[in-house]
Amino acid sequence: MQKIRVVIAKPGLDGHDRGAKVIARALRDAGMEVIYTGLRQTPEQIVAAALQEDADAIGLSILSGAHMHICPRVMELLREKGLQDVLVVVGGIIPDVDIPKLNGIGVKGIFLPGTPMQEIVDFITRNVRSRVET
Amino acid sequence: MQADLKVGLYGPSGPPYNGLIMKTAAPGPSASKERRGSFTTISGRPIHQLYTPADIAALDYERDLGEPGAFPYTRGIHPTGYRGRLWTMRQFAGFGTPEETNKRYKQLLKAGGTGLSVAFDLPTLMGRDPDHELSLGEVGKCGVNVTSLADMETLFDGIDLAAITTSMTINSPASMIFAMYLVVAEKQGASWDHLSGTIQNDILKEFIAQKEYIYPPRPSMRLITDVFAFCAERVPRWNTISVSGYHIREAGATAAQELAFTLRDGVEYVQYGVDTGLDVDGFAPRLSFFFNSHSDFFEEIAKYRAARRIWAHVMRDRFKAKNPRSWQLRFHTQTAGVSLTAQQPYNNVVRTALQAMAAVLGGTQSLHTNSLDEALALPTEAAATLALRTQQIIAHETGVTNIVDPLGGSYFVEKLTSDLEEETLAYFDTIDRMGGMVAAIEKGYPQREVAESAYRFQQAVERRDKIIVGVNDFVAAEDEPIGTLYIDESAAERQLAKLNELRKSRDNSRVRAALDALKEGARGSANTMPLLVDAVRAYATVGEMCDALREVWGEYEETPII
Repeated sequence: MQKIRVVIAKPGLDGHDRGAKVIARALRDAGMEVIYTGLRQTPEQIVAAALQEDADAIGLSILSGAHMHICPRVMELLREKGLQDVLVVVGGIIPDVDIPKLNGIGVKGIFLPGTPMQEIVDFITRNVRSRVET
Repeated sequence: MQADLKVGLYGPSGPPYNGLIMKTAAPGPSASKERRGSFTTISGRPIHQLYTPADIAALDYERDLGEPGAFPYTRGIHPTGYRGRLWTMRQFAGFGTPEETNKRYKQLLKAGGTGLSVAFDLPTLMGRDPDHELSLGEVGKCGVNVTSLADMETLFDGIDLAAITTSMTINSPASMIFAMYLVVAEKQGASWDHLSGTIQNDILKEFIAQKEYIYPPRPSMRLITDVFAFCAERVPRWNTISVSGYHIREAGATAAQELAFTLRDGVEYVQYGVDTGLDVDGFAPRLSFFFNSHSDFFEEIAKYRAARRIWAHVMRDRFKAKNPRSWQLRFHTQTAGVSLTAQQPYNNVVRTALQAMAAVLGGTQSLHTNSLDEALALPTEAAATLALRTQQIIAHETGVTNIVDPLGGSYFVEKLTSDLEEETLAYFDTIDRMGGMVAAIEKGYPQREVAESAYRFQQAVERRDKIIVGVNDFVAAEDEPIGTLYIDESAAERQLAKLNELRKSRDNSRVRAALDALKEGARGSANTMPLLVDAVRAYATVGEMCDALREVWGEYEETPII
């Protein structure tokens, strides 16, 4: 079976990258292929990375409160590029009221501080598109 | 690096981790009756069952502890501890527009807060105006947006800058924001001679941990030594830097790494100051520090005590400082944001109280206590007030302020203090051999150490070697939702409107002239501070001033290290 490929990205101006880096390693240790983009990536750069890397999933780490700007833009760009089957998950500080809004635009998983890494690994494994085709 | 982990969109990968391997303590004499095979601190430090005089046999009271107020200050820098003066209760606050934050400051001062601490938003911290593309969605979210002098005037409207002390958490654009503060004070009629407060101004920990850098390390260091020189002459009571371990710890460092990297950053700043020709005793007394207070109670207390002892020796023995004030390490503490959980948020009140108690027992000069809702959002007014009340209860009800260094002489705490000192000095050796902290950062050394510790801790949590109540044990089926502060987009709209108005109403030729003078000064060796004060007076924006220096010095890009 092919390995699941995940792009982990830090969009926006924020530099707090502990979560992004820890989850990148956890997914790798769980047998996935992980591409970490580094800091301050625009939605355009993130989607370009997902396209180029043939990613099955994108994990966005956002702690600054800018998620309601960044996530809709990422989803829009994925649609434009025909990548709507790429699983998008978000981790960080997300107020309760925004969770249904993010789910509504197609963000499948939202993980708040304290989420066990295994839960994120399991969620991605369960929800990525099937990769039986080559 | 590992085959399946690509880093930094195709950048180079770092060398393998070569940090400390944690040892497991031998089980105690009655190990068979113990709950676990080994006991460790939150940093992975092995802890024995019992500590006895044998553990501190090498310790000499006069040489290694000293009375409070006497070298090497292990027991504190004041002879009277908190019997003389309590710590400053300084609550970090800022959100939305300067108008909204000004209201919060007045409320905090009315509630008995004794100093202000400004939290800026990410555009301000990164030197971008609200109309820059990267500012989209970030204006006023993590703190208050300050674009120009006009915003700074609003932020401190009705607050007498001569009567309070203000701490400003700002790093890359620290000089620009400080220049604004000075001009507001001047307009209020407050003399710079008497102004007191702190700018964080610590770029090294940005490269290591928080990543709010703009310029490459070396020109960034020049901005900082310019502030040292400027303040020594013009603003003598200002704390020119707050050398910060807080963010290094939050990024995942152990207690020993927080201590070692912070103090070694301090050494680097002093060395740069001395290398630019400053007299060490002319600027060293205005250096201050900022530590985290995490959940492992005794390890934290020992960390603060070790910090004082190490710094006293560094300043006296390494830099030959003569003024005792240069030897004394003064520090601010903030409780560990990273320890707060979104689950069962009321538990955070208890965590914060215990962490605050450790900071007090360690002799902090000022303290910020986090609010219970900070794993979810910026704090509400009610949550921020409760956090302040936590400090007041420690100060006025627990009795711990009646005695100086109450844990001094504890076999355990003294042994921990000595061990942390020893580990810090080992890190000093490693970093010295690399050519100093700037060189070590350029090699990615502290970044790699911190990332490794962060991952190791997370693995310990996953294995439930470390228990976080409400997260990996004692989990509740569902949490009662709590009300949180929600920052909408109106702050961004108002700040944008004000910026557009400012660009029309100010004397733009004066702005251009001031920015040109700044660039020219930066290309040469002029002190940048007076040039920034001129630009601020002309109402140049943070983004414009930072861009002027970006033009001269370029921007830093890191190679991400996992």
